[in-house]
Amino acid sequence: MSMQDAVARFVRDGDVVVIEGFTHLISFAAGHEIIRQRRRDLTLCRLTPDLIYDQMIAAGCARKLVFSWAGNPGVGSLHAFRRAVEGGTLEIEEYSHFGMVARFSAGAARLPFWTLRDYTGTDLPRANPRIKSVTCPYTGETLATVPALNPDVTIVHAQRADAQGNAQIWGLLGVQKEAAFASQRVIVVVEELVEERVIRSDPNRTLIPAAIVSAVVVEPWGAHPSYAQGYYDRDNDFYVGWEAISRDRTELAHYLDEFVYGVQGRAEYMEKQPRLKERLKAAEQYSAGVNYGF
Amino acid sequence: MMATVAARELADGEVVFVGIGLPNLACNLARRTHAPNLVLIYESGAVGATPSRLPVSIGDPALVTGSLMVCGMADVFQLFLQNGRIEVGFLGGAQVDRHGNINTTVIGPYERPKVRLPGSGGAAEIAIHAQRILIISKLSPRTFPERVDFITSPGQRVKRVITDKGVLEPDKAGGELVLAGLYPGVEAADVQREVGWKLRARPTLARLDPPSRAELQLLREVLDPQRLYLKS
Repeated sequence: MSMQDAVARFVRDGDVVVIEGFTHLISFAAGHEIIRQRRRDLTLCRLTPDLIYDQMIAAGCARKLVFSWAGNPGVGSLHAFRRAVEGGTLEIEEYSHFGMVARFSAGAARLPFWTLRDYTGTDLPRANPRIKSVTCPYTGETLATVPALNPDVTIVHAQRADAQGNAQIWGLLGVQKEAAFASQRVIVVVEELVEERVIRSDPNRTLIPAAIVSAVVVEPWGAHPSYAQGYYDRDNDFYVGWEAISRDRTELAHYLDEFVYGVQGRAEYMEKQPRLKERLKAAEQYSAGVNYGF
Repeated sequence: MMATVAARELADGEVVFVGIGLPNLACNLARRTHAPNLVLIYESGAVGATPSRLPVSIGDPALVTGSLMVCGMADVFQLFLQNGRIEVGFLGGAQVDRHGNINTTVIGPYERPKVRLPGSGGAAEIAIHAQRILIISKLSPRTFPERVDFITSPGQRVKRVITDKGVLEPDKAGGELVLAGLYPGVEAADVQREVGWKLRARPTLARLDPPSRAELQLLREVLDPQRLYLKS
């Protein structure tokens, strides 16, 4: 399915939307398509909103943000996010990383909440009344709880999948498996479509099974400026450059006009930047491989 | 100097939860000097990482290549951190107060913040679960107020605060941060000027040696040749 069709069919106004990926495998291509189709009133959830949610907030897609760390890693602030929060135009619901991971774990297991030892002595429960506690029925210990997060749609970028959507990921795994299993609908975006036998040759590497996947989109370089281990490196220069772009509303609007609204999709986005591939293409370092025989 | 002092805090074989920036430099310096068996765990899921380049982000692909294990973040927080496997955690913050509490959430009131900071990330649970917390932060009156505006990470497990002028430690009685050591050429008054409470000092202050020639060479030529995190 094309990205255009997948977003048109599976992402609706007012949805709770998750585009996961911890630094690695963030589907910028999907975020851009959601901006192009002018989705509105979304509740965007992610541990680290990253540049993609900064862009979606700037484009007016978001009503609310659910998150645990909203910065530009190693660089500084997400300025569209900061302007929206400091100006009171974006609702936020804030956790820690463990809290967000626990919310996805509860959602994936279809439990109403998850328990964790956390938040004692912090001001986070005061800032977010949805962080509560429960008394353990076995030990009497007080444990923190966070509510399940069950998104309407989760979008995950993977290195490869077969046509059915059996998706394999290697490198940093983030919380994609939990987020996908927690979700009502799942869009898998891949660098490469492979035959089913390739998936079957290495089943331990499958993170997301076809059974929970609504659509498979093939979109090479769809994670740029994030990265795909074994395919291309993170574009750290872009992340550094985003500081100046996002700081200035006009610059940010120009960026969206040129690289999001101004292109049909990822292929055209890449054509506009012909030197990216050469600069970021991954070196080869293959694993040893294992014997699956019996 | 801060990276070197932090590196010397780490014992060989310890399991360290590493943050980006100076903590990462410190850990990799320790690994290449007195602590070759240090186990570096990044919250992104890389365990036993041996990054061949200085990672700009905590999720850099160089943390994966050649590491001992890569796991999902649910495993990082549940099986490593909450399980009690992390011996040392590094934290930094926009504000550190008299009791070692850290704020990385907001300056001003939460509902109408003057400055919206990134938030906790893993910092809340690292402060709660790592057996000892080391804070690395440059001194300034803005950074070291008597009370933080928001407690993102509680200070109970803070063992040392490594600054650009000296080192603070909690006193045994109330956990208040007191001056414990000074860098060469720095006096107690220089530190007091940057701290928002009446800073008490230990009866004897530790002498903190500057980086050796070998440490400097490693930092400047091998670990951070582009001076991403080293200032001088």
